[in-house]
Amino acid sequence: MTDPAATAELDAVTRRFGKGGTPALDNVTLQIRPGRMSGLVGPDGAGKTTLIRLLAGLLDPDAGAVTVFGHRATATDRARIGYMPQRFGLYEDLTVIENLRLYAELRGLPDSARAGRFAELLRFTDLTRFQGRFAGKLSGGMKQKLGLACALVETPDLLLLDEPGVGVDPVSRRELWAMVQQLTGEGIAVLWSTAYLDEAEKCDEVFLLNEGRLIHAGPPAELTREVTGRTFRLLAEGRGRRRLLTRMMDRDDIRDATIQGASLRLLTAAGAAPPDDTQAVPPRFEDAFVDRLGGGPKGTSALAESYRTIPDTGVAAIEAKGLTKRFGDFTAARDIGFTIPRGEIFGLLGPNGAGKSTTFKMLCGLLTPTEGQGHVAGHDLRHARAAARQSLGYMAQKFSLYGDLSVRQNLNFFAGAYGLTGAARRARIAQLTEVFHLGPYLRQNAGGLPLGFRQRLSLACAVMHEPPVLFLDEPTSGVDPIVRREFWSHINGLVQKGVTVLVTTHFMEEAEYCDRILVIYRAEQIALGTPDELKADAAAHTGRADPTLEDAFIALIEAHDAEAEAAA
Amino acid sequence: MAGRLLAMIVKELWAILRDPRARMILIVPPLMQFFVLGFATTMEVKNTAIGIYDRDGGAWSIEIAQRIGGSPNVARVIPLHSEAAIRRAIDRQQVIGVLSFGPEFSGDVAAGRPAEIQGLFDGRKSNAAQIVAGYMSEIAKGVGAEVSVQTASSQSVVTHWFNPNLQYLWFTMPGLVVIITTITGLGLTSQAVARERELGSFDQLMVSPLRVPEILIGKVVPPMLVGFFNASIYILLISTLFGVPLTGSVPFFYLSLLLYLLALAGVGMLVSSLSQTQQQAFLGMFLVAVPAILLSGYASPVENMPVWLQWVTQADPTKHFLVVSEGVFLKDMPIPDLWANTWPLALIALVTLGTSAVLFRARME
Repeated sequence: MTDPAATAELDAVTRRFGKGGTPALDNVTLQIRPGRMSGLVGPDGAGKTTLIRLLAGLLDPDAGAVTVFGHRATATDRARIGYMPQRFGLYEDLTVIENLRLYAELRGLPDSARAGRFAELLRFTDLTRFQGRFAGKLSGGMKQKLGLACALVETPDLLLLDEPGVGVDPVSRRELWAMVQQLTGEGIAVLWSTAYLDEAEKCDEVFLLNEGRLIHAGPPAELTREVTGRTFRLLAEGRGRRRLLTRMMDRDDIRDATIQGASLRLLTAAGAAPPDDTQAVPPRFEDAFVDRLGGGPKGTSALAESYRTIPDTGVAAIEAKGLTKRFGDFTAARDIGFTIPRGEIFGLLGPNGAGKSTTFKMLCGLLTPTEGQGHVAGHDLRHARAAARQSLGYMAQKFSLYGDLSVRQNLNFFAGAYGLTGAARRARIAQLTEVFHLGPYLRQNAGGLPLGFRQRLSLACAVMHEPPVLFLDEPTSGVDPIVRREFWSHINGLVQKGVTVLVTTHFMEEAEYCDRILVIYRAEQIALGTPDELKADAAAHTGRADPTLEDAFIALIEAHDAEAEAAA
Repeated sequence: MAGRLLAMIVKELWAILRDPRARMILIVPPLMQFFVLGFATTMEVKNTAIGIYDRDGGAWSIEIAQRIGGSPNVARVIPLHSEAAIRRAIDRQQVIGVLSFGPEFSGDVAAGRPAEIQGLFDGRKSNAAQIVAGYMSEIAKGVGAEVSVQTASSQSVVTHWFNPNLQYLWFTMPGLVVIITTITGLGLTSQAVARERELGSFDQLMVSPLRVPEILIGKVVPPMLVGFFNASIYILLISTLFGVPLTGSVPFFYLSLLLYLLALAGVGMLVSSLSQTQQQAFLGMFLVAVPAILLSGYASPVENMPVWLQWVTQADPTKHFLVVSEGVFLKDMPIPDLWANTWPLALIALVTLGTSAVLFRARME
């Protein structure tokens, strides 16, 4: 069933890595059409990269056929494919324009055409001002734009983009998106892979992958329609919403529940009556995805139930006073100050390189502030570093446990590192193993665990010593919505026990769970408030009704830029 | 404290030993190097040609010429008849050296007077020439004569202590233990921190209550255990399979080995703390290992180096440990002499480990 109109297609394609393992792609059939923005959506490990590499002719399928421009993908005219891998091969020690020249050379673009094409690409990517800068010195977003420009040196007929939005802040992500969308207007077929479900909603066509299987192919609205009339908002006042969330998630007639600022967002089971005191809201792509995956997890966190109650000592859990960090003459963070009381989730938001990671690292003791003070659970980070560390749990964005060690060895190590020995250690590890259902995996290498279990193991190691404070650095980037909900149900439960959480994130869904959010931009804090306050702020600024948190974030940054320009 | 340290050591041990491939790499290549290098770096000179300029023609000069001809190391004896012919033969590399007997030689020997043979050797092959000169001396001694090597002024007499038969394995094996221990020791420790940095687990480690000394000790102990294990195997093999005499104090050798491994670990940690990636650490390891070995005296004697370089070699732990190893194996070196080459190891270990701790702290950011 070859579709002559399709630029590329997969016909019942299966691809495995290694023998006997679950296939990375399982019997996938899809068509990519010219002039359309096709989204390849799914969590990490769903098979997105494998699919793109098959289309680029870098892999052979084990079964089925991959056809690009009417030929087998491995034998087709590759000059017509633009391919931007996840880590685009930019040469960091070359300047922007030198990188472009290099790719023009590799692509065999004639000399006469270069000057014009470069000017066009630089204008298109808004990099003209930076063409003399080394690629290594560009921000994450600018690097991705340059990568895109290099992939576009010769206008392709098929553009494959492997997670161009990863590690890129919402502002740059929107710009990149707008750029690529413009290309589809020229008749190019674009495949944009992403783990962000909100991006899927904006595609002309979506291929939704989960664990190698194609869950949905077609316009996103088709999938979203399945949950029409089943999404509601439940207004919850103050702190009570966390307990309410747990209750809602435990109910059988509720398929999914998430926190949206001060309110809850609910997805009811098909045919169930709308819950009391709710108002209907339009469905989202993510609702439909969660529904297809069988609904969200239960809300009661076994971890939180077994956790000690953190005593209320009246001392702020985390305190930052005039935190400043300079690297040479570059100021990465200037005069950051806030106080987080016990039992609060506090979010740090900001574009890449704005100083949010620097602030985060100063507070967990990885960086020594140039000026100012930080306290964690009452311990001064400068003078009582060890005590401060003993009272915090840390979870990095990237899986940062020991992949070559078994699950048990990882647990043993972190238990020992936090001073647990003998019977106390064995008891705690047994407890965590049960809470996170790690039993069958204890002897496996941590690196080879399914993503969801790696996530659980990371959290298990971070809470090994029942710390009063948790530091989370983009804890759920790339994981599927079910794993994210499970993770946040634990956090939600822990907070009710008095644990305080500091989280940095690019994911607006994560930010919604926060009690308060601090927006950091250009090394300074530009806004502090609850998600709803920030949204209301943005609504007042832009005049947009019911903006998302991402809209609010972008509005704040734009307003700050405008102010800075007016002042200059 | 003890619990944290133990957890760190156990984790590092697992990190080294858990991967079956890594396990192989730790044991098998060093053993292969050991055998291959042991047999390949031969110092023996074979198949050489020796010229004889015999102005004596007496019984003893002919006796010596025949003994030389019968030696397994000499392939041919070429009779020469003039000073010019000697010069030509050496110039054209027909012979590696010439023995020149004066007219009084046999008479001197017979009368019990000191009898001398003039030896002329090809200075372009200084190493081989020295060895051949040694062989010649041994043969000449058999008849109570001496070979005086033609140098500017001195009339040196070569005798070989500790290894009278000049068995090359005796030379190379005690040195090889040192070299292979150096490579594995540096290799393992230089990866220790860099690997964590690359894996992304470094931050996780730094936010834990583990203190810098605990992390460092935890990272140093497993490579040292591996070093002990490997060195013990070598010592066993060298003294049994290769028959090299183990004459000195073995406990002292282990004390020295302990300090040497500490010094190596310090150097390795320095490299590792300075490296951002495992690749940098790997290259950095070579940057350190090659000069350490070249300056150690393994390949060329330290005494032949310029004076300033001899001072530099004092900072090279490999140099000191090489003296100890050779001393313990061949020379039955007395404890005070061994100690003289052991305390510098302790000093170097102290400096390198201390610096790496400081650097480790500084490089955290």
